[in-house]
Amino acid sequence: MDRVNTLPVVDWDLAAVSVRELNQFLHDLPGSEREATGEWPTIRVHNPAGQHSIAVGLQVPVQVEVLGDGGYFLAGMNQHALVTVHGNVGWSVAENIMSGRVHVKGCASECAGASGQGGLIVIEKDTSSRCGISMKGCDIVVGGSVGHMSAFMAQAGTLVVCGDAAAGLGDSLYEATIYVQGLIHGLGADAREEPMTSADCERVATLLSRAGLPGDPKQFKRIASARSLYHWHADAANEY
Amino acid sequence: MCGIVGLLIKADALRGRLGEWSAPMLDCMGDRGADSAGMAVFADDCGTGARRISLFLTNATPNDWESLIANLTDAFEGDAELFARGPHATLKTTIEPAQAVAFLREQSSQLRILGVGRSMEVYKDVGHPRTLIERYGLREVSGSHVVGHTRMATESAVSVAHSHPFTAGEDFCLVHNGSLSNPYSIRRRLERKGIAFETDNDTEAACRFLQWRLQSGDTLEAAIEKGFEELDGFYTLLIGTATRLVLVRDPFACKPAVAAETDDYVAISSEYRSLAHLPGIRDAHVFEPAPERIYSWTV
Repeated sequence: MDRVNTLPVVDWDLAAVSVRELNQFLHDLPGSEREATGEWPTIRVHNPAGQHSIAVGLQVPVQVEVLGDGGYFLAGMNQHALVTVHGNVGWSVAENIMSGRVHVKGCASECAGASGQGGLIVIEKDTSSRCGISMKGCDIVVGGSVGHMSAFMAQAGTLVVCGDAAAGLGDSLYEATIYVQGLIHGLGADAREEPMTSADCERVATLLSRAGLPGDPKQFKRIASARSLYHWHADAANEY
Repeated sequence: MCGIVGLLIKADALRGRLGEWSAPMLDCMGDRGADSAGMAVFADDCGTGARRISLFLTNATPNDWESLIANLTDAFEGDAELFARGPHATLKTTIEPAQAVAFLREQSSQLRILGVGRSMEVYKDVGHPRTLIERYGLREVSGSHVVGHTRMATESAVSVAHSHPFTAGEDFCLVHNGSLSNPYSIRRRLERKGIAFETDNDTEAACRFLQWRLQSGDTLEAAIEKGFEELDGFYTLLIGTATRLVLVRDPFACKPAVAAETDDYVAISSEYRSLAHLPGIRDAHVFEPAPERIYSWTV
């Protein structure tokens, strides 16, 4: 999915300049005319050293390569941009992503893709707890396993987990769909396993392909909402 | 927020680097709250029958410390040496520790006993951890492991006594990121057993609870398992003993923790960026501790 272009690569060294300066530079890049030419600039970020808020709030077509480990909120609120991290990331990577793609070659900490509205998040290794919490339309593909309470209150979008899912998966799920290839160590309230249809297999195959990750769609289980929490039942009133 | 850090040096030859590696970790986590800071340093056992008693005396002058040690050595048989730096001092003594502590408490209402042990020295002060590090020379310390904390106070006062690490018994300390919702019920239970508290801080309840279980004969693992049942709230806890560094997170694991392990060290912090300066970190095994699981490393 990486774009081929002839624009020069720009290098930023976070050992020498601040994250704020980098982000300002990224925010000031020209937007729509670049998109029209089909040539996206590439920004390489050196020495991220786990700093927070790298490449947040991008709204322009740009490729960002983070060469090392990122901290919290990396590529939060992303629109259009393609951000790749050659390392691990901290909490809330790509939180509230709107579009574009955020690809982490290592592991992600808690709340990966929280509240994401659109776009694709790829975590090649594991994420910890609450991956995809309250996701609202983005797609998340995890090459490894996810921690507890993943897809908590997830409203729309797809979470694909090639490894295992820890306890409380899909608790209070709305209309997001979860696919898990490995073991599920416990479903949360109102989440249930449903049969995999050919449409489900196709959806998983497409997302694995877009993520560039291996997996056999037929081995995945589909988890969706039982929708029993959608309505308040008057016959339970006496229990309160 | 609050930040916690821990570093355990595996190779004896590298113990001289303990302060050089751990002080920047604590300094960096000052961003998570700089109301106060503290560090417990574990070094070699100070000898048969001897103890290190860490003291803090507000506005102490060299004369205050001199008269304190003079009064102590007049009152008891035994060796006593005092190493003072501003308001902090480490008393190395062969005087029976309970007697020495009781006597010291009588000397001044301003004198705080920060910790007692054969191996442990405790430094605590209000303000940014950088100030603590510079004031007490924590970049220069050597030893086997440290347990550090930087505090954003949310539930009780900002003072030296309310700062972490909290200590109880000997060579036992605990730092906490999070908040407990039942510290007072734990405290009332312990007070009925004759256990005294120094502050109204929630972490002190957790510290004294675990120490009470240890003194009742539990292993540290058994004490922590009981802690999982009794402590209600959010916590990442890092515990230091003479020989161990132990990390646990509550069942929801809402409070952060990351660990990095190499052949030379294990380092723990609230955030990875405070570990980024450590040698060999790119090749370290970096992982996020799972909820309600006991992680233990031994010197």
